[in-house]
Amino acid sequence: MKIRGKVWKYGDEIDTDIIYPGKYLVSFDPSEAGLHAMEGIESDFCKKISKGDVLVVGKNFGSGSAREQAAVALKSAGIGAVIAETFPRTFYRNAINVGLPVVEIKGIKGKVDEKDEIEVDLDKGVIKNLTQGKEDTFPPQPPFLMEILKMGGAIPYYKKKTRR
Amino acid sequence: MGMNITEKILAQASGQASCAPGEIVEVRVDVVMLHDIGTPGIQNPLKELGVDKLPPSVEVVIIPDHFAPAPTVKAAENLKLTREFAKKHHIKSYYELGRGGICHQIMPEKGHVKPGQVIVAPDSHTTTYGAFGAYATGLGVTDTAIALGIGKLWFKVPPTVKVILRGKTGPAISAKDISLFLLKELNSEDVLNRALEFEGEIIERMSVDGRMCLCDMAAEMGAENCIIPPDRTTLDYLKERVKTPFSTLSSDADAVYEKKVEFDLSALEPQVACPPTPSNVKRAREMEKVKIDQAFLGSCTNGRMEDLRIAAQILKNEKVHSDVRLIITPASQEIYLQAMKEGLLEIFVNAGGSITSPTCGICFGGHSGLLAPGEVCISSSNRNFIGRMGSPKAEIYLASPATVVASAIEGKISDPRDRMRKGGLR
Repeated sequence: MKIRGKVWKYGDEIDTDIIYPGKYLVSFDPSEAGLHAMEGIESDFCKKISKGDVLVVGKNFGSGSAREQAAVALKSAGIGAVIAETFPRTFYRNAINVGLPVVEIKGIKGKVDEKDEIEVDLDKGVIKNLTQGKEDTFPPQPPFLMEILKMGGAIPYYKKKTRR
Repeated sequence: MGMNITEKILAQASGQASCAPGEIVEVRVDVVMLHDIGTPGIQNPLKELGVDKLPPSVEVVIIPDHFAPAPTVKAAENLKLTREFAKKHHIKSYYELGRGGICHQIMPEKGHVKPGQVIVAPDSHTTTYGAFGAYATGLGVTDTAIALGIGKLWFKVPPTVKVILRGKTGPAISAKDISLFLLKELNSEDVLNRALEFEGEIIERMSVDGRMCLCDMAAEMGAENCIIPPDRTTLDYLKERVKTPFSTLSSDADAVYEKKVEFDLSALEPQVACPPTPSNVKRAREMEKVKIDQAFLGSCTNGRMEDLRIAAQILKNEKVHSDVRLIITPASQEIYLQAMKEGLLEIFVNAGGSITSPTCGICFGGHSGLLAPGEVCISSSNRNFIGRMGSPKAEIYLASPATVVASAIEGKISDPRDRMRKGGLR
């Protein structure tokens, strides 16, 4: 499973209120969620990015609330993957559960620049910076999480598992 | 090799003799709590999973609290859906507006939290129930639907950090000040996704209200769960509320911890978290130039009896500053009634405070007290993120109930010890 796109960089401690403000919690419509992605610090985020673009962020991305809409909003806006220094467990699980690839790489912020073109190979655990001609590795997800991602989320995965 | 309490609960719930950090375990879930955001949120995943009947092994508790009472028609639709879901599945533990309150208060108050249980909910502050020796953690709606529909969920056993709190704090210092102090002192990378286990004299003396505040705020520290092994204080609280038997677990003497940290809190001063993160903490004394427009006392962090009592002591015969709105939200109907009986509500009204019904609305910027651009709020709640309580251009400072009401009187952030001395409190 490969993701290729342009890099959008943000700092540390981007919390779920920034990614998806609380006033929109009444809605569970993914396309509506996408319209409000990152609204706390960036207006019209979904119009600025292209499908498959990659967020490269700092420590503790998605901290705070357990709201799954934060992960849904990014995916629905078109984000192909999020690479962070660290993730809190809840956001990490939510992202995989909705089929949004997440990768933890220490020091990633220093290795890519905004607008760089990168390619993330989730199976091999390789990230290629196509603009700078550099490469980095990361430990791939355990097989069952890779399967969840490939199936597009936890629900199709469990549906298949419970049907067996 | 011994196990700590979190490992013991996860081993027990996965039917294993033992488990260790990093291991992935499939855990039987005892209780799932749902509110009026979580209930609408799990509908699609449940439907797609093909779950029509909920497994009887899971206790389900439904507590509408976020957009209750409904501020919009869309919220009313979600509340209606929540109510109908409870009816359809014959959920006995459904707490309608006026009969419940804020979920994290209602859960233990109505006896739905027992030591040793695995409790999950689509809400980050689910960590609160660790105050009673349960493994409790927040999840997204997909994970919650899986836990609810299948009765089991996978977890990666977290490494545990033990936090030992020693000394004796001064009279103005509450569990909130301790939580904020820890947010400042603990290295966030050391506690992120860890189990936090608390012990020490400070914890032994801490009330159940205080312990719930501390475990609630562990969510802000990035902890996966937070746990206080049950003691006499826990059991005294539970015996009034839990009707079915339970057993308690404790950590082995040779349990393994990733890290142990120790603090002596004898000299701790009132703390304030400055915008835009709960870990941006300073002493209240350093922030006394900051003028405020709104003060909020309430939330799942600090809307309990202990909080209302200290607030009333400080507000008695005082007036809220003319430039400030003070909003007070008791965390449950039971607390509301008790505060009425003790005369606390009268003190709040006489001081010029506005009392709301128990709701999460103000804390998460849903309704009932949003902030305009440029406004400043001091709040006893748990998050001061950008835009948390309304406009992204508003600023939120987090503090203890005592600091919040002392600041409401002064019109600016204020160390409550001055007023408490002046008023001869303690």
